[in-house]
Amino acid sequence: MASITTSAAFVRTSSPSWLTRLSHFGVSGWIGLAIVAFWALAAIFGPALLSRTGAAGGGAVFGPMSAAHWLGTDYLGRDMLARVIEGARYTVGVAFIATLLASGTGTLLALFAAASSRWTDGALSRTLDTLTSIPSKMFALLMVAGFGSSVPMLITTAAIIYVPGAFRMARALAININALDYVIVARTRGEGKGYVMLREILPNIAGPMLADLGLRFVYVVLLLASMSFLGLGVQPPAADWGSLVRENIGALAVGGASVIAPSVAIASLTIAVNLVIDNLPGRVARERGAR
Amino acid sequence: MGSPVVVDNLTVTAGSATLVDALSFTIRPGEVLALIGESGSGKTTTALALMGYARRGCRISGGTVRIGDVEVLSLNARQLRAVRGRTVAYVAQSAAASFDPSRSILDQVVEPACLHGTSRRAEAELKAIALFRELALPEPETIGQRYPHQVSGGQLQRLMAAMALITDPDVVILDEPTTALDVTTQVEVLRAFKRVVRERQVTGVYVSHDLAVVAQMADHILVLRDGRMQELAATEPLLATPQNEYTKSLLAAARPKPRNVVEASNADLLLRVRGLSAGYGPRTSQGLASTMILENIDLDLKRGQAIGVIGESGSGKTTLARVVAGLLAPCAGTVEFDGHPLEPALERRSREELRRIQIVFQSADTALNPSHTVERILARPLQFYKGLQGEALRARIDELLDLVKLPRILADRLPSGLSGGQKQRVSLARALAAEPELILCDEVTSALDTVVAAAVLDLMAELRRALGVSYLFISHDLHTVRAVCDEIVVMRHGRKLAQVARADYERGPHHPYYEELARAVPELRRGWLDELDRQAPAVAA
Repeated sequence: MASITTSAAFVRTSSPSWLTRLSHFGVSGWIGLAIVAFWALAAIFGPALLSRTGAAGGGAVFGPMSAAHWLGTDYLGRDMLARVIEGARYTVGVAFIATLLASGTGTLLALFAAASSRWTDGALSRTLDTLTSIPSKMFALLMVAGFGSSVPMLITTAAIIYVPGAFRMARALAININALDYVIVARTRGEGKGYVMLREILPNIAGPMLADLGLRFVYVVLLLASMSFLGLGVQPPAADWGSLVRENIGALAVGGASVIAPSVAIASLTIAVNLVIDNLPGRVARERGAR
Repeated sequence: MGSPVVVDNLTVTAGSATLVDALSFTIRPGEVLALIGESGSGKTTTALALMGYARRGCRISGGTVRIGDVEVLSLNARQLRAVRGRTVAYVAQSAAASFDPSRSILDQVVEPACLHGTSRRAEAELKAIALFRELALPEPETIGQRYPHQVSGGQLQRLMAAMALITDPDVVILDEPTTALDVTTQVEVLRAFKRVVRERQVTGVYVSHDLAVVAQMADHILVLRDGRMQELAATEPLLATPQNEYTKSLLAAARPKPRNVVEASNADLLLRVRGLSAGYGPRTSQGLASTMILENIDLDLKRGQAIGVIGESGSGKTTLARVVAGLLAPCAGTVEFDGHPLEPALERRSREELRRIQIVFQSADTALNPSHTVERILARPLQFYKGLQGEALRARIDELLDLVKLPRILADRLPSGLSGGQKQRVSLARALAAEPELILCDEVTSALDTVVAAAVLDLMAELRRALGVSYLFISHDLHTVRAVCDEIVVMRHGRKLAQVARADYERGPHHPYYEELARAVPELRRGWLDELDRQAPAVAA
């Protein structure tokens, strides 16, 4: 169990009480955590454990599930299990890092805006509003056209696209907290902006922001999938789960497992991430009376 | 004419905790029973149970409630709906939170009548206007067209009473209806309530923690503590000869006695405010704010002295504290602290200047960060100003907890695990951690129950004696201010009207507004309100 919990990187390991926090998890939280840990492990160790790589073709096209191919074969006769597990690297890695970047940057900027003067707040807000007004697909296409398609580029693009949303959400929360008496007390104590942002405001918006992170993660996965669908995402022969769905869309007609498997994988990961976040003992839970 | 209410063995539980424990009482038709006790004593839970309602997580687990011929607790959901608002009506504490801000007042006031089909809309509107008049509301014909934010808190509370009375209910439950109002408004609202209750002969249940208020309204008083009945008696004997120990302590707390007197006459001047004007909004060409709150305030505070600032809401007393604290830059005038002028803006004051002035707020709920433990809340000013660490820090935190009389084990709790009085003590301890010379106290006891507030006042008086701190004590409650302060500054509409020294409290004549405030504080005896009516009938209109 220890290896599973340590691999769940987004549980705040910085806090010394994170182990006790985990003990507050409900059953659904543990299920979510197990699924996330499974995919994380699959992404890290999976390809090494497989007897064949996803690139090795040669089987029957759109083959059904069998002892040899547990999840059937794809449109080139490649083993689907290997493809899904290799895809986990891109989806879990790219989507996850991009989401963390987007939510983290958005939250920090929002805290800064809330704790700063009206003028700074206005300037930051309008700048990010401008970014929101560019359609996200269009922006992604622009980035690909400019810088080519690579994994770091995909992460950056997805992060930039989702910063304004996270910023808006966090700013709305932070502005309310900023007006409360305990923040005023901290100000009259002479505390700097950093302390007010990170110690006084952040812990009290963390709960809703984590919920927002779960939602944003789903968006990023979908964005990456649609990018891959257009052939602008992860480039073949590598493929994230979104591209796997696109590649094997032809299997829909014959009811092959190869289109179902990556879809189920996407669904399981997004649901699991949200299960974990819902079970984090945040401020909301405390107010509900949980101890 | 009201109905009798018979409650027998009423028990309300929440999980394994018993909130109301086998309570039995009877109210005769047309009489008012007061439920009194501190927060958590089960008084609101009892009042809600009279309507067959239990808050989420609570359950009415036993007993009977009879209103007239109706056995309330045996009704199903549909029958209960027919009873609520028709037979039993409820007036909640915060009218501001109980009105829908997006609909006009009249619309909401006539709603119960339309819903229960007691009268047609047009009739109900006429009746509402008659009720408005009866409740002494201004412009009764047109006040209904306004929206909730366009009337004052006291008016809104009376409008809510009108909403409750529109169906001619047999029983009215008033749940702390004047607690959120300041004294002068409270008197008006009480007067209006008393008149309608008397004239309509409606049976009433009045929930409050303020004995003096209850003494004006109730025929009988039921003292509750931890869900158990402590004492039930007619108002006069209960006030004159309380039998129960707890009732005695409530009565003692309701008559705040003057705390210690510190002679500060030869001490040096700590705070000197001259010609202070301040306001909000953009500055005009003359350098004044577009909405002026304070105008030309002078104030002297000696070291070790406590000065009370009183006035009703909107009088600018909180703004005065904000200017001294540096949260609001004044438009004109100077603030000198210990002989040196203070910078108007917080950012430009030195850390040492900030340390010497601390502020304690009214609502301890918002004054403590809900995600920090008590230890962390107290540790921060110690680290920040003194650089304390490790063992020394721990020891100092323990000392502070002792100083404000909190058990040391509370250090690990989050604010949500503390009671209101405990939170206020933590707030005070946080201010004391900086070892300040002046503490700005903004309505520190207004949100607390009488007994708890008295204990906090005792503590503050003791700290002043022990540590020699000065207080600028802001409150709307003259009794509180008189109990702890050496001098009282009376403010109204942003101006200082009068300054009264402790020695002159009882000697008059004072400024008429001070006299009015002094009169408006309810006295702990029956018939005070009626006497007030006889003395000044013009004020009632």
